Amino acid sequence: MGKVVLVTGVARQLGGRFVRRVQRDPGVDRVIAVDAVAPEHDLGDARFVRADIRQSALARILAEHAVDTVVHLDVSGKALGAGGRTTVKETNVIGTMQLLGACQKSPSVRRLVVKSSTSVYGSASRDPAVFTETTPPKSLPSGGFAKDAVEVEGYVRGFARRRPDVAVCVLRFANILGPRPDSPLADYLALPVLPTVFGYDPRLQFVHEDDVVDVLRIAAGEPRRGTLNSGTFNIAGDGVLLLSQCSRRLGKPTVPVPLPAVTWVGSALRTIGMTDFSPEQIRLLTHGRVVSTVQMRETLGFRPEFTTAETFAEYARSHGPGLLPPQAVGRAVDRLAELPLPGGAGPRERGAGAVETTDGAR
Amino acid sequence: MADAKVIPFDDDRSRSGGASRPARRRTGAGGGSGGRGDGPAAPVSALPGAQAPGAAGPPPPEAGGAEYGPEEPGRAASGPASDGGWERRIAGGLAFLRRRVTGEYEVDEFGYDKELTEQVLMSALRPLAEKYFRVEVKGVENIPSEGGALIVANHSGTLPLDGLMLQVAVHDNHPADRHLRLLAADLVFQLPVVNELARKAGHTLACAEDAQRLLETGEIVGVMPEGFKGIGKPFGERYKLQRFGRGGFVSTALRAGAPIVPCSIVGAEEIYPMIGNAKTLARLLGFPYFPITPTFPWLGPLGAVPLPTKWTIQFGEPIPTDGYPQEAAEDPMLMFNLTDQVREQIQHTLYKLLVQRRSVFF
Repeated sequence: MGKVVLVTGVARQLGGRFVRRVQRDPGVDRVIAVDAVAPEHDLGDARFVRADIRQSALARILAEHAVDTVVHLDVSGKALGAGGRTTVKETNVIGTMQLLGACQKSPSVRRLVVKSSTSVYGSASRDPAVFTETTPPKSLPSGGFAKDAVEVEGYVRGFARRRPDVAVCVLRFANILGPRPDSPLADYLALPVLPTVFGYDPRLQFVHEDDVVDVLRIAAGEPRRGTLNSGTFNIAGDGVLLLSQCSRRLGKPTVPVPLPAVTWVGSALRTIGMTDFSPEQIRLLTHGRVVSTVQMRETLGFRPEFTTAETFAEYARSHGPGLLPPQAVGRAVDRLAELPLPGGAGPRERGAGAVETTDGAR
Repeated sequence: MADAKVIPFDDDRSRSGGASRPARRRTGAGGGSGGRGDGPAAPVSALPGAQAPGAAGPPPPEAGGAEYGPEEPGRAASGPASDGGWERRIAGGLAFLRRRVTGEYEVDEFGYDKELTEQVLMSALRPLAEKYFRVEVKGVENIPSEGGALIVANHSGTLPLDGLMLQVAVHDNHPADRHLRLLAADLVFQLPVVNELARKAGHTLACAEDAQRLLETGEIVGVMPEGFKGIGKPFGERYKLQRFGRGGFVSTALRAGAPIVPCSIVGAEEIYPMIGNAKTLARLLGFPYFPITPTFPWLGPLGAVPLPTKWTIQFGEPIPTDGYPQEAAEDPMLMFNLTDQVREQIQHTLYKLLVQRRSVFF
């Protein structure tokens, strides 16, 4: 008997990609795709059921199709199309509660995979540099998507206690980037000029959409030999990028804004609808966040194909260079190098003090 | 870093300072940067009148690697040794600048930017260590050439200059070119600019998770367990070690099986003789103390210039921690004993060095 997989949040790019991918898996019989709005992209042979997970229609769907694997992807930081923060929060939290309630009633469900985020760790100056799955957050996220994710994980833990026969896998994804990402951070990176927090250079980690789809498949299937796919796992590409590196590789100028003023700039940007500059987003852009992926490699047995830097390079390629393309800046430096020697000392502004003293010495 | 400009105060550079130290200078340490030796450092050491070629002058270029440009008579005054690498150094500097502006450099998960640290931050601190404080380093062979080790040092001086000098001392004197990763107070990571520089220089938050992670990856970790109690103690209590926290550093070293290297720093106590503490002002600003010295805050910024004391950094015999059973890290008695042993050793060495010291300034 093959598997019946129910996927929520398929109207988003990521959900759509996962649905198309998972139905090609040999063990999978049928894929039921659920979302409140009809997706614009193709879902292949999957059966699309239009249902709002905030309503209690899910129990019927689970029973009707004898679903045994539930992949809950409808936990995200950004509304799809219109709809404000309230809708997102309701879908995240109430939707998860409804889904878990339906799963608990359904005897056929054997496996539950939930998309979460590394934002559950929060981001504070007193946090250790690298979070492992067991690191308690120093300051719990006070609002926004991070708080949703914390609450979702809380409900999922409760469900896991009540239904010990269901294998539950929570995947905490770092910032997901792909050709068409829909996350607040991607919105931020799409700004022509990046406002940054003055005096801070956050460490960021990215994970490629392809890797996200792959790891979801691993989590939704039977565990391979020597691996375990239930539990909580951090998912991130190898390595770390600083925001300054990101802006330079994208070729976007940055405007450092002192910390108290950042909130005003954030609300101004939110007012004109450019990006969701929530307090947790600002905290991420202040202190950054890096997670350990040892569990992902050793227990889950997943090796991401893209490192953080490669993921970002891919993103930069598909989004074109900004106002200061790195190639052009590099060429400008090369031109400086071609200047004759006395002028050649000019470009050493980096050690500005040093240049002055040199001139004095001559 | 503005301190680099105060070199002219140093009136005794002809003393043994430069010559007696094992002159392992960083010629061509830049790895892929094509032998760009010391970026801004060399020009700084080329101050008017600072030349005692061979003793404190810029590093001699590697034999063979030097491409001599057309020598201008004016520059020949600074000695032929510094001229050879001039053009090469500019080329290296431009390559470095190019990598920086295009973001093509690497940082580790703690945000440590090796290239920036070696080329810029170290070069900015080196004159302070070599010319201003004339740091004399002893017992550097007690730091293992490979594998993790925990350097435990006394803390003093109102501003944590001793940590920075220790970092320069380890890197410049150790034959294996080892980098010290300092554990810093959480205040460091709250302050803008400071936290950015600290992360890039390889410092991280003083917490067990970070320390253990660094030790397990085989890094040399530096910790000053006295913390604010040590650095903010009044001048009258100089060279009296304060309580060593709760001995958390010992259990971290035990868990990682890394040897503990006790380190005594003499000279840092007198850079800012703290005769008073404006507690109300400190509370207002959120600092653990607000120092009042004979010159600060009376002379304004000039009062913030540290006194040019003569420093000695002595690394002691390493204390092995790998002979203990796994559960030893949980044994409070053993923790206290080892903590006391380390503390005693540092205190004894401090007294010994103080007896040997001729004067505070020479």
